[in-house]
Amino acid sequence: MDNIVVEALVRALAVGTPLLLASLGAIMNERSGVVNLGMEGVMAVGALAAFAVAASAPDANLWLAVLMSMLAGAALCALHALATITLRANQFVSGLALALLGTGAAGLLGKRFEGAPLFNKVPDWTLGGANISPFTVVALLLAVVLAFFLSATRPGLTLRSVGENPAAADVLGVNVGLVRWLAVMGGGALGGLAGAFLSLSYRSAWSDNMAGGLGWIAVALVIFVAWEPLRAVAGALFFGFLYYLQFRLQGHSPIPTEVFSAMPFVLVLVVLALAGRRGQAGSAPAGLGRAYVRGER
Amino acid sequence: MRFVALPATTTARAALVTVAAVVVALLICSVIFLVYGVSPLAVYSSMLSGTLGARTGLAEVGRRTIPLLLIGSGLALAFRAQFFNIGAEGQLLLGAVFAAGTALFVPLPGPLVAPAMFVMGALGGGMWAGIAAWLRRLNVNEILSTLMLNYVALAVVTYLIAGPWKGKDVRGYIYTDNIPAGGYLSVVPGTQVHWPTLLLGIAVALGLQWLLTRSTFGYALRVVGENPGAARYAGLNAAGVATAVALITGGAAGLAGAGEVAGIHHRLLEAGQISLGYGFTAVIVAWLARGNPALCLVTAPLMGIILAGGDLLKIDLNMPFRVVDVFSGVILLTLIASEVFVRHRVVWGRA
Repeated sequence: MDNIVVEALVRALAVGTPLLLASLGAIMNERSGVVNLGMEGVMAVGALAAFAVAASAPDANLWLAVLMSMLAGAALCALHALATITLRANQFVSGLALALLGTGAAGLLGKRFEGAPLFNKVPDWTLGGANISPFTVVALLLAVVLAFFLSATRPGLTLRSVGENPAAADVLGVNVGLVRWLAVMGGGALGGLAGAFLSLSYRSAWSDNMAGGLGWIAVALVIFVAWEPLRAVAGALFFGFLYYLQFRLQGHSPIPTEVFSAMPFVLVLVVLALAGRRGQAGSAPAGLGRAYVRGER
Repeated sequence: MRFVALPATTTARAALVTVAAVVVALLICSVIFLVYGVSPLAVYSSMLSGTLGARTGLAEVGRRTIPLLLIGSGLALAFRAQFFNIGAEGQLLLGAVFAAGTALFVPLPGPLVAPAMFVMGALGGGMWAGIAAWLRRLNVNEILSTLMLNYVALAVVTYLIAGPWKGKDVRGYIYTDNIPAGGYLSVVPGTQVHWPTLLLGIAVALGLQWLLTRSTFGYALRVVGENPGAARYAGLNAAGVATAVALITGGAAGLAGAGEVAGIHHRLLEAGQISLGYGFTAVIVAWLARGNPALCLVTAPLMGIILAGGDLLKIDLNMPFRVVDVFSGVILLTLIASEVFVRHRVVWGRA
């Protein structure tokens, strides 16, 4: 019995890791007032960038691979920042374009890596008899760090201020556009890291459509956890556990597999509806989703 | 750099900015093709000569234009009401499911099969979008809900064709039996252009344009979309408008799904074969048309070229079909990023 509990927790943590990393990235974006629905694409690009470096040579530097995934994620999100912050485009639609572009470009440019071997994957750590990816540990630490950063540091306060009331922040001399740019690119780096976990640790291979909808779930998770990094840990674990159930019950029950493959997405809808009914939207950053134009209200 | 609002926006300026946005998008795509390792010239010439330069190619463009026109004109209406329906893919699939189910399991006299398929298809698509409209009343963002519903629709189709609806004579394959011959639509000889659906698409595009610009409902829709504050002040029922728009746009996508079943496949089969990404590509059709359903008559064939061209690139240059997503993503990004230039002029230097 103990074994099953440990196994469930370990597997939930594993699937929960990319969800958590991408959610943290989206939280960072959205706390600064910029919605980013494009995490699916950001993850795909990050996964490809990491894999391209790691598969290039048998002794490839994995740190470099991870760094490249974060840079790739940040670069893709720079397009989002340019469109939505500088050129005031609709943030929701830009996120959709980002998701299309990211999955498309990764699928196109990654074609040569399909079936390619990965000489050295990121080794798991053995903690208390269970194999845990270093990415999981990093993700959990990042959740704590981001929570502390947002609630207790001055730059964190500045980031939140441009998300809550950009006009007031502007009056106080905060460069709203710059802060939002940095937050969007920082969030993109975290999304890229989520991708690196998929291609270097979780699957240790490259395939098209690697994120498989995880990026969309991560984006929805942000609303469910009310933009709180620490709550995102619980949310990611919950959905990770759901994926574990799907994996365990497949083929062992009279219920058709399709019910399980649709389950995470149905649950996202249920969870969003519950959050909506509770009026969770009220805890969204007040300036979320709107470009800031000085002098306009 | 500052943006100064123009006193009025002109159609000419909007058209110019749109063309410029598409040109910039094609340039950005060129860079991606160079990184991939093919010459952008080879890509574009392969796409153009294979689609516009050949009769079979034109037919392939035509075939893809049909669902894009139906879905795109519905989405154009939805975007005007600020209802961002990204789930046309799922609505199309549900339309296909309802249409195929009707043809397969409801005994109808021959001539009634095809019309019944379209009616039920619209119902299926509308219902699927209706879920998102209902969720929106619970404060669930429709972009997320319609997207999640895409994945659910995919599971529904897979379940049906591999399970209860699996055909008797298909052995290892997963699809249903053929629908009765009465449900087959006529096509332009030698092609897969099912013209009855094309005519339906043209009628829908023009009808929705009329609805948007000439009817009371269209006026309410535009006010709700452009100025929610004024709409509330005027006592307009914004939630009701959103629901109606969801049903219309979902219904149009459902018609497209019914058309694909009745006109091309004649059975329900895997989701990836019923829709070649029409739901997402139609978003760009609607955005290119800048929210005018009738303009989709021009923009749907344009995106049809890109979809048919994507197939050609697979054959000619061995590129993955994902290239279509690259085109879609980049064009959508440049289009929305260019919108500010329609209403503003740029002044360099500080205020």
